[in-house]
Amino acid sequence: MSESAARLSVFKTYKLFVGGKFPRSESGRVYEVTDSKGNWLANAPLSSRKDARDAVVAARKAVGGWSGATAYNRGQILYRVAEMLEGRKEQFVREVAEAEGLSKAKAAAVVDAAIDRWVWYAGWTDKIGQITGATNPVAGPFFNVSATEPTGVVAVLAPQESSFLGLVSVLAPVIATGNTAVVVASEKAPLPALSLGEVLATSDVPGGVVNILSGRTAEITPSLAAHQDVNAIDLAGADAALAKELEIAAADNLKRVLRPQPVDWAATPGTDRMTAFLETRTVWHPTGSLGAGGSSY
Amino acid sequence: MPTTVPAPGNDADAAGRLKELADVTASDSTLRRFLHGLPGVDAVGLEARAASLGTRSIKTTSKAYAIDLAISMIDLTTLEGADTPGKVRALAAKAVLPDPTDRTTPRTAAVCVYPDMVATAKAALAGTDVKVASVATAFPAGRAALPVKLADTRDAIAAGADEIDMVIDRGAFLAGRYLDVFEEIAAVKAECGDKARLKVIFETGELSTYDNIRRASWIGMLAGADFIKTSTGKVAVNATPANTLLMLEAVRDFRALTGVQVGVKPAGGIRTTKDAIKFLVLVNETVGEEWLDNTWFRFGASSLLNDLLMQRQKLSTGRYSGPDYVTVD
Amino acid sequence: MADMASPKAFAYAPAPESRAVVDIAPSYGLFIDGEFTEATGGKVFKTISPSTEEVLSEVAQGSAEDVDRAVKAARKAFVKWSALPGAERAKYLFRIARIIQERSRELAVLETLDNGKPIKETRDADLPLVAAHFFYYAGWADKLDHAGYGANPRPLGVAGQVIPWNFPLLMLAWKIAPALATGNTVVLKPAETTPLSALFFADICRQAGLPKGVVNIVTGDGSTGAALVAHEDVNKVAFTGSTAVGKAIARTVAGTDKKLTLELGGKGANIVFDDAPIDQAVEGIVQGIFFNQGQVCCAGSRLLVQESIQDELMDALKRRLSTLRLGDPLDKNTDIGAINSAEQLARITELADSGEAEGAERWAPACELPSSGFWFAPTLFTGVTQAHRIAREEIFGPVLSVLTFRTPGEAVAKANNSQYGLSAGIWTEKGSRMLAVASKLRAGVVWANTFNKFDPTSPFGGFKESGFGREGGRHGLEAYLDV
Repeated sequence: MSESAARLSVFKTYKLFVGGKFPRSESGRVYEVTDSKGNWLANAPLSSRKDARDAVVAARKAVGGWSGATAYNRGQILYRVAEMLEGRKEQFVREVAEAEGLSKAKAAAVVDAAIDRWVWYAGWTDKIGQITGATNPVAGPFFNVSATEPTGVVAVLAPQESSFLGLVSVLAPVIATGNTAVVVASEKAPLPALSLGEVLATSDVPGGVVNILSGRTAEITPSLAAHQDVNAIDLAGADAALAKELEIAAADNLKRVLRPQPVDWAATPGTDRMTAFLETRTVWHPTGSLGAGGSSY
Repeated sequence: MPTTVPAPGNDADAAGRLKELADVTASDSTLRRFLHGLPGVDAVGLEARAASLGTRSIKTTSKAYAIDLAISMIDLTTLEGADTPGKVRALAAKAVLPDPTDRTTPRTAAVCVYPDMVATAKAALAGTDVKVASVATAFPAGRAALPVKLADTRDAIAAGADEIDMVIDRGAFLAGRYLDVFEEIAAVKAECGDKARLKVIFETGELSTYDNIRRASWIGMLAGADFIKTSTGKVAVNATPANTLLMLEAVRDFRALTGVQVGVKPAGGIRTTKDAIKFLVLVNETVGEEWLDNTWFRFGASSLLNDLLMQRQKLSTGRYSGPDYVTVD
Repeated sequence: MADMASPKAFAYAPAPESRAVVDIAPSYGLFIDGEFTEATGGKVFKTISPSTEEVLSEVAQGSAEDVDRAVKAARKAFVKWSALPGAERAKYLFRIARIIQERSRELAVLETLDNGKPIKETRDADLPLVAAHFFYYAGWADKLDHAGYGANPRPLGVAGQVIPWNFPLLMLAWKIAPALATGNTVVLKPAETTPLSALFFADICRQAGLPKGVVNIVTGDGSTGAALVAHEDVNKVAFTGSTAVGKAIARTVAGTDKKLTLELGGKGANIVFDDAPIDQAVEGIVQGIFFNQGQVCCAGSRLLVQESIQDELMDALKRRLSTLRLGDPLDKNTDIGAINSAEQLARITELADSGEAEGAERWAPACELPSSGFWFAPTLFTGVTQAHRIAREEIFGPVLSVLTFRTPGEAVAKANNSQYGLSAGIWTEKGSRMLAVASKLRAGVVWANTFNKFDPTSPFGGFKESGFGREGGRHGLEAYLDV
């Protein structure tokens, strides 16, 4: 091909990921996303509070099916996400490199780590219950067992700096245990998150389990923090002032709040981000004896 | 289906309801369906309720009332291979005059003996209102043919027994032949007629589960038992607060359904005043005052009486009594 | 109530527990740094016996300054206490457990006097559980490496703990035992109407030789508690009480590093299926709503009964309620004691009246209430719907709202239709149904074929607006560890 005939590339229109579909913001607004040097990359949807509300509705609708799926099934689906990402690695390496100003090699390492993180959490789905649950030796003729349940709909403020590995590190633990998520992507680097939606849509993740919004964190998140049908909030992507404001709002229905804290996203995580969004339910049942003979005065 | 609560309506309905229950015993399968449709019993909950009632604190006047009531409810019992006329006469004398030092002490309800001792007991109790109860139907195992059991019953009644304490065929029950159990009780009941009240012993320790005890209670009541009784006193586990509470619930429910009142007799293992009072609390708070006399509640016991007498002496004198101040049997 | 009039009736003579086993001082100060001290400014308030309105003692009203003194004492004590080998901390807690067992009759009578609950309950439930809780967590103190929170998990520091009046000493145990076992020091504020058992606990700390400042007791009203949770040198806030106050506390600690656990209100559904063990279900319903006069956050205050057995169950329940014995809490045969305060009685009365006004049918057994003190007859409402206030709001009293359902799915939907999620009950003889329903109930504690059972090994706490965090068991350690 001659130079003058260099092919003009096809831009991608980045869209939100809500309820398994790819809508634009209902507000019709977009904002300009640039690379680390200020070059235009794309126009991302500028989500409104109504988009957030729609995302919560979708997430709530998905809770029953997702939390009711077997842990084995959820593990397979999370592993499928890793498989799909592996095949689209180049795209994510490019997006991460542009978003975070990383060299291609460093961006590739970040994407590899993100893929491996899905694999890590895929393996946790059917094990976390075994380390969080217990049979309790109560002092009486009762079988007593504690088991954990997903909290429900979790609003996740993805980390602002680590646009992809950070995002995966906060999202995967939430859904691994059966919660559904409304994710607010990194404000200045939302594109890897929006592309992840496309991967999730083709990874057997049921619609609504993960919902991804882009836009102004400070605009979208107060309504999520105050939303009475959101059960928990991960404030990873909030600065101190916003975190305090959101934590106060979250008290209205006593959301479980995971406060922002310094995290090395490259390090192997612990179980904290899973246990933060689990509820322990303890069930008692009489055991009795084999016969009616045991009673005495 | 049975309920555990008083059915709405009046006594006029009782006949109709009894007739409905006749269908229940029409065949093995209808009886089985009925019994297996009774509400289940949660063992832990039942025992917890019995234990909780056992914490009632019965003091002073209420203790005095309970002690006299308990004495009046005793079927003073001797069921030994070594029983002799002398032993039975001594027991009868004690039933009539439990505490020779205090003639206000109530008499026991009955003396309970083997059939061959009925005549002796009857003679010894002549002129008193103390009843003679006789175990029958190849007590305690009940392993004999029906004609033998009926003959056993007939003999006891002929000798003057006022009450018959029969044993059910636990083997038939545990094999699921509920109708056989029912029919045998009904046959003994027919033998008793209006000459003797019939107590039906389930041997709860052998039935083992509370569900079985509830089912046996209903078989007994449907077959015409005047009393349902826990045990023979001859196995490891006899009367307990829990199995007695369960049987009290059964007679309560049966009366609510049919209008027919049935008595309850825990037997075996009740030795102290404290134990006896716990049983009376069970009666009081489960079926209430209508069962609180010896027409409807009995204790099958022997050593219990002396403990009651010692406690009675303590209440009246303020001093603790001792075994030398009550009579040996 | 039990018929005492008939001569034939087996009437129980009064059987009062002796008051002589407890010696209440005319006044108490704050317990700070191992000493009883007067409140700054010397303000006091009276604590009364709710069954007679008799004044039991005068207690110091802790101010913000007093809270500050207590937090400083706890901070100072934290250095040595947290550095103590776990095995030594354990022995202090074992000592406390044993002293509680030794003094349990005295403490039971005290609790009954100050709270109004029957001696039967303080003797057979509260006190045994208090001792057991200390005994259980004592054993954890030197085994924290094995608790599943990594090696050598660290305490948080000073714990500010605010507890309610319904189980004063038991809630103290639930708070203090795990806090001390994990190496924290505490400032505890007992409820305004029931401060005495916490002050007696201070004396138990003295007898146990507990180092000064490890446990500090600051009595007072809501303002004292607010000052405690807001104190900037508190690292951990633990609160048991109303959801409204819990939310206020959550706002107070927002933006700080304070770890927070909340154990709040509830509106527990007690679901009775048609195949339930009916006699035991009736007992469980009674235990669920009339235990501690219904002043229990996990009370089974909503009875969901399968419509096909509603009539027979109601008849059985009414018959059973008629045997409940209401009266002198110190009488060993009393089943229903006094309501804790005039304020609480007013709230129960108002909500019960709303039930009637909104069209539910009210029933209570014939029942004579004592002329002094705060009393409310055991009451049940039938014909209640999800829309009634008495089906939604926590009454915290001996009032049962009865609703019906037709299918298991409907039962679960109704049970979960609440802002709360603390407790629930299931009555069925069918194992698979029990497990299926339990797995769908959004509640932290599910009692199947039983109700209102507690044990130190068994985690307790809520879903949704019933709070977060668990008390009891291995899970209960997490609230006091930096993990």
